[in-house]
Amino acid sequence: MKQLALSLLLLTGAASAQDVLIRHATVHTAGVRGTLKNADVLVQGGIIRAVGPGLLVPPGVPVVEAGGKPLSPGLFAGLGDIGLEEVSGEDSTVDGAQSFGGNGLAPQMRPEFDVTVAFNPHSMLIPVARMDGLTFSALAANPTGGGSLVAGQGGVVRLDGDYANPLGGRQLYVSLGSSADSLGGKSRAAQFMLLDQALREARGLTPYGSPYALLTPAGRETLAKYLLGGRVLFNVDRAADIHQVLLFARRNGLRPIIVSGAEAWVVAKELAAANVPVILDSLQNLPSSFDAIGSRLDNAALLHKAGVRVAFTQFEFASHNARKVRQEAGNAVANGLPWEAGLAGLTSVPANALGVGDKVGRIEPGLIADLVLWTGDPLEVTTLATQVWMAGKPMPMRSRQTQLRDRYLQAPDALPRAYSH
Amino acid sequence: MFRTMLVVALATLTVTASAATTDPYPSTYHAIASGPVLIRNATVLTGTGTRLDGADVLMSDGRIIGVGKNLDAPNDARVIDATGKWVTPGIIDVHSHLGVYASPGVSANDDGNEATSPVTPNVWAEHSIWPQDPGFATALAGGVTAMQILPGSANLIGGRGVTIKNVYANTYQAMKFPGAPWGLKMACGENPKRVYGAKGSAPSTRMGNVAGYRAAFIDAQTYMRAWDKYEAGKKDSGKGKKGDDKKGDDDPPARDLAKETLVGVMKGEIRVHIHCYRADEMSTMLDLAKEFGFKISAFHHGVEAYKIADRLAAEGVCGALWADWWGFKMESLDGIEENLALVDRPVNSCAIVHSDSPEGIQRLNQEAAKAMAHGAAVGIDIPPERAIRWLTANPAKALGIDTQTGSLEVGKMADVVIWNGTPFSVYAHAEKVFIDGALLYDRSNPKLQPKSDFMLGQEVAP
Repeated sequence: MKQLALSLLLLTGAASAQDVLIRHATVHTAGVRGTLKNADVLVQGGIIRAVGPGLLVPPGVPVVEAGGKPLSPGLFAGLGDIGLEEVSGEDSTVDGAQSFGGNGLAPQMRPEFDVTVAFNPHSMLIPVARMDGLTFSALAANPTGGGSLVAGQGGVVRLDGDYANPLGGRQLYVSLGSSADSLGGKSRAAQFMLLDQALREARGLTPYGSPYALLTPAGRETLAKYLLGGRVLFNVDRAADIHQVLLFARRNGLRPIIVSGAEAWVVAKELAAANVPVILDSLQNLPSSFDAIGSRLDNAALLHKAGVRVAFTQFEFASHNARKVRQEAGNAVANGLPWEAGLAGLTSVPANALGVGDKVGRIEPGLIADLVLWTGDPLEVTTLATQVWMAGKPMPMRSRQTQLRDRYLQAPDALPRAYSH
Repeated sequence: MFRTMLVVALATLTVTASAATTDPYPSTYHAIASGPVLIRNATVLTGTGTRLDGADVLMSDGRIIGVGKNLDAPNDARVIDATGKWVTPGIIDVHSHLGVYASPGVSANDDGNEATSPVTPNVWAEHSIWPQDPGFATALAGGVTAMQILPGSANLIGGRGVTIKNVYANTYQAMKFPGAPWGLKMACGENPKRVYGAKGSAPSTRMGNVAGYRAAFIDAQTYMRAWDKYEAGKKDSGKGKKGDDKKGDDDPPARDLAKETLVGVMKGEIRVHIHCYRADEMSTMLDLAKEFGFKISAFHHGVEAYKIADRLAAEGVCGALWADWWGFKMESLDGIEENLALVDRPVNSCAIVHSDSPEGIQRLNQEAAKAMAHGAAVGIDIPPERAIRWLTANPAKALGIDTQTGSLEVGKMADVVIWNGTPFSVYAHAEKVFIDGALLYDRSNPKLQPKSDFMLGQEVAP
């Protein structure tokens, strides 16, 4: 074992394990340089140092020949519970929501609830997502029965298995409309009323100890931060509700992001004018509720055309099957979104919207070298990731799923399969 | 007048009671009339395992009448130049809840689980179908021409499923696939024990589940014997002289809708479709089927089907699967992206891509494409002409409609999709969809894109 470690050191010379030069790739930068054919990417110390054709190899930096294959930034896994849940149906494994209001107690609005402290970088979901090129995810605080329409805070994590997360600041998650009915007095008018009341408290307009107070002191402090410019994600579908959110945000000086936004295309111009991004599920084309009557497959394309920045997420199996966001981007492109905007919706747009665009989401010097080499078009469902690097380090292309696969791929042996590992 | 009606009613009752498969709610589906159509110069995946390049497909009177190169078009045929396009059989989803869990998902549309008792073979999914579900239109845009609508999985025995043609109508009877056998929905594992365990009633464990299936079939066996005896007696008395029979002996046993369905299953007239995730539970169900002498048509969801792929193929049981869902509950934890490829691998296998989702049904072709890519990555090469069977011929076989549809063969229903290129791509679009030879979806013609009554006058959806 010691010998092996020594020989690896000799092979790589003075370079760190986070150095690499990826040569002759089709580099999708997701930045202003667009796509560069036959380009190289130099990574040193885990940071992208140079991008362009014919880069010189610094001594000791290992070279990976891409053979013209596409190289993209590591992709956004969407909003979800990766690292916050192991099995969705088993409550004991799920940490993405608070329900202090259970067991007959009134629901509690606790914006200070911060899911990022529950993040488990050793979750079995992480290698599954990473195998498919997903390298960063927004941990979302979820609304749940006994909780509140102000679900709490989340943050962005990199899927590198490290404790040093989250990356950047926190975001506040708020749910409105019929899906949050049970959390807000059974009327969307009551939901806005509660939000108003909470913000008044955050501004100190309600004395501590008032029988009408919604928030704890910590909750007030938390909300006050968002009045100073933190990002607030509003999960809302109906066009009229999105319009109200924009008014509410302007009135209160909040910086909103629209999440889900099934009918966002209807108010695309307003969203563009307010410079508000939308994180949506591009496959949402059915009137799944009376909030989403106007759902359509070209939602993303129409928003983009109007100048709205669009990112992708999914909602149904957002954590375990987060990899489906790639298919969402591809379908959005198949329904009118320009290809580069499709890739941006998985990279630079969510990174910028969530305040980590200076660290991840593009292949540009100075950013963390989270990179993916693909067998083909990264938005195509038949394309697989051949290698993922995180901060320049090649990640094992292995997960619980590949190990199960390998165990059953082979013909049975004399011993039970439990002995094959 | 009254007398006549009574006689008719009794006659109907007698016929129905003696056969679980006589249909008191019969199909009124009629193919929409259309002239002959010749699709020219396409890449044709026939659904029989064959790929024909530069080939034509000719349909007339609702049927396929030719597949091959340089077919002659009848004078009155509409000729479609399909150069660069791909043509496949219409897609069939073996597992849908359209109509029974319709959009919008309001409480009034929550009609898929009769979760008031764990054994409800007496309920029929078709009686819950709302034919105005907007999801039928979006499924059609994904090339889906037929589907089985099933009850949900709350119950051990959830009720009868029905196969329909994906053609909008005011009644489900007018969508009902003529002559298709019913399915019976059963469910393993977590759902039934969770739903009833939470109510403090049986089943609350997996052993309770199995005891529940067995008790239901034992009851149905008793019922079947009583009816068989009655039928045999009727035949005997028919041979002998009439008149001196003692009134009463000839009275039929009391009808029981639940047991009638299970008798239909044991007589092989109703197809069994089981929601079952784990390999060990699927094996238990295969033994259960042997115990009561019925055949399982398909295991649905089967995220662990790859662990028993050889047994499924050997016993002729289909695996109706997703490409990549996993982890939403314990029994789905071992899902892998090679499941379809591994289930497809043995000789005589029957792999099916299913949806169980109003979104998934719109892009079963993409689900298949993902599974093909993951198969290829571990050395299991599945060409398009084979993979297309996962969403056409194999579901047709599981549903018992394979002599009618599921492949492009002369004499079969002209259920045909023209794609803009290979269907196994995220960029694939079904451009034209024919059902029984009639063009019922055209991507380039809004007039040929159906809209349910519900979608009319919705201001935000012009």
